Amino acid sequence: MASAPSKLYADDVSLLVVLLDTNPFFWSSFSLPFSKFLSHVLSFLNSILLLNQFNQVVVIATGCNSCDYIYDSSSATSTGAESGRMPALCSDLLRKLDEFVTRDQQLGEKDSLGPTTSSLLSGSLSMALCYIQKVFRSGPLHPQPRILCLQGSTDGPEQYVAIMNAIFSAQRSMVPIDSCFMGSNNSAFLQQASYITGGVYQKPQQLDGLFQYLSTVFATDLHSRTFLRLPKSVGVDFRASCFCHKRTIDMGYICSVCLSIFCKHHKKCLTCGSVFGQPQTDVPSASNVK
Amino acid sequence: MNNGDGKRWNGGGEEDEDEDEGSGGGPDGWQITYADERSWESLQEDESGLLRPIDNKILYHAQYRRRIRSLSSQATAARIQKGLIRYLFVIIDLSRAASETDFRPSRMVVVAKLVEAFIREFFDQNPLSQLGLVSVKDGVAQCLTELGGSPESHVKALMGKLECSGESSLQNALDLVHGYLKQIPSYGHREVLVLYSALSTCDPGDIMETIQKCKKSKIRCSVIGLSAELFICKHLCQETGGLYSVALDEPHLKELILEHAPPPPAIAEFAISNLLKMGFPQRAAESSIAICSCHKEAKVGGGYTCPRCKARVCELPTECRVCGLTLISSPHLARSYHHLFPVVPFDEVPLSFLNDANRLPRSCFGCQQSLLNPGK
Repeated sequence: MASAPSKLYADDVSLLVVLLDTNPFFWSSFSLPFSKFLSHVLSFLNSILLLNQFNQVVVIATGCNSCDYIYDSSSATSTGAESGRMPALCSDLLRKLDEFVTRDQQLGEKDSLGPTTSSLLSGSLSMALCYIQKVFRSGPLHPQPRILCLQGSTDGPEQYVAIMNAIFSAQRSMVPIDSCFMGSNNSAFLQQASYITGGVYQKPQQLDGLFQYLSTVFATDLHSRTFLRLPKSVGVDFRASCFCHKRTIDMGYICSVCLSIFCKHHKKCLTCGSVFGQPQTDVPSASNVK
Repeated sequence: MNNGDGKRWNGGGEEDEDEDEGSGGGPDGWQITYADERSWESLQEDESGLLRPIDNKILYHAQYRRRIRSLSSQATAARIQKGLIRYLFVIIDLSRAASETDFRPSRMVVVAKLVEAFIREFFDQNPLSQLGLVSVKDGVAQCLTELGGSPESHVKALMGKLECSGESSLQNALDLVHGYLKQIPSYGHREVLVLYSALSTCDPGDIMETIQKCKKSKIRCSVIGLSAELFICKHLCQETGGLYSVALDEPHLKELILEHAPPPPAIAEFAISNLLKMGFPQRAAESSIAICSCHKEAKVGGGYTCPRCKARVCELPTECRVCGLTLISSPHLARSYHHLFPVVPFDEVPLSFLNDANRLPRSCFGCQQSLLNPGK
């Protein structure tokens, strides 16, 4: 009888899911060209795969109208043809990224709702969490998963509920969400995501050295992070914004039925229609929130 | 399948070790397993005649999905309101019946462990709500903790004194809880969860009167029985609009208790809707030094500042001790949004669709797992 299977995975094996922002509205007007950004990211992904032979990397592209898987290091086709100058990782990834961006643009033209300039972070977070759940259910031996968001576009406020649901789901599954935000102002969603799930939020100051930021802050696996001093989160803004004016407030009024936030006292809740101070007689149908 | 192989090897190894030890003196653990629990009944053969244990996860998951589907089919038709601000009392029966060993090691220990898990889950799902603990022992109901929002204090009080004796008294417990729940503000939903192990209740007066009193005060009482179904519990739940269930075994008990963690559908007349003033404090800078109002000692960094009176508090959600303002952060509110906008249940696709590769994609959109050859 063979002995019990030895533990194949040590503590420091990681599964890194990278959410790559491909929003053309952002990249067309940004100081760092997308091609240079991609070269930093590709070197970083290669270095992750070199750290441990069991490390896995999955890349999901976040577009304006859709999200899709671009690269999966554990799939059989990833060891495909190498072109003369680039290793297989790069050629696969670049080819699929190219196809994705064209598809995403076509979807945007078909959609007549008007141009959306924010990227679908909630969609790619959900897909990443689905993939991680599949890994959790594949058996007792699996790498430790984490999510890295490489984001530059501003937050779309219409995605607030979806992103918060994804954050709580990541918190429950104990999956940290790291964020490397390259835009101009800090992203409140990503700061909250990293704070709540125990990840790292970093806004690199000098984008020419992006690879150095990525490899020093975001490359370490979860087990080794306990021995490092990583950037601490300061100034996470947990204030809410009121539903009537979308201003951030630090004291407000909450409807006890639907938890909508208002800055002034009202007689009736603008979201669920309940009249305050009177017992409700009937279940009102909730009108659309936000 | 790899998982099955792994389990079989481990099972084989364990059996060899037990047969080697086999010393006398009282039934060993493995003997109890065979004598009482009939573990051979949980084995199944797969198509090639090899043994495999029942994959319980699939069974539970199927039951869960069925239940969720039945719940949401009523709920999504009319957007049912949920009581999000809840004031819940958990009544734990610590009478003589709680020392029975049909749940291992004893009912009391199992209930205490599950109530601890319930408390954490409750505050996770309902950050704006408050919970209190009451125990019934020797026919007298005692309040272990008053209504409060910090899970640690409840767990500490629960684990502090765990001893059972005497009779259980449902009426005394309900009277005590009624007294506390009368004082809470009108927008809160009043609930009681009773974990009842005894088969009788020893009451000083007319329990029907107490039940009517609870019904008039709009307290929703639910009972989870550990031994058998009792008429009085069923009557109580029917009158007040709660749920009565009896646990069959330990995993079932856990499922029943945790079912009460998400907010129940609200009965509209039970709570008056109101506009509550709340504060959203900012996190203090890392190097600031202040005296915190909860521990009454100087602390460096961390902590939150009340926007009205600028007192420092250590954690959220809480009530400011100086000015009484409820302090929360926006993720706490966002936590409850998924109760308000539940996910629509997925449509189940019959297997014949999957084999027709033209109609559906070859792999799952979410996780890229291959959808061909289902059933592993």
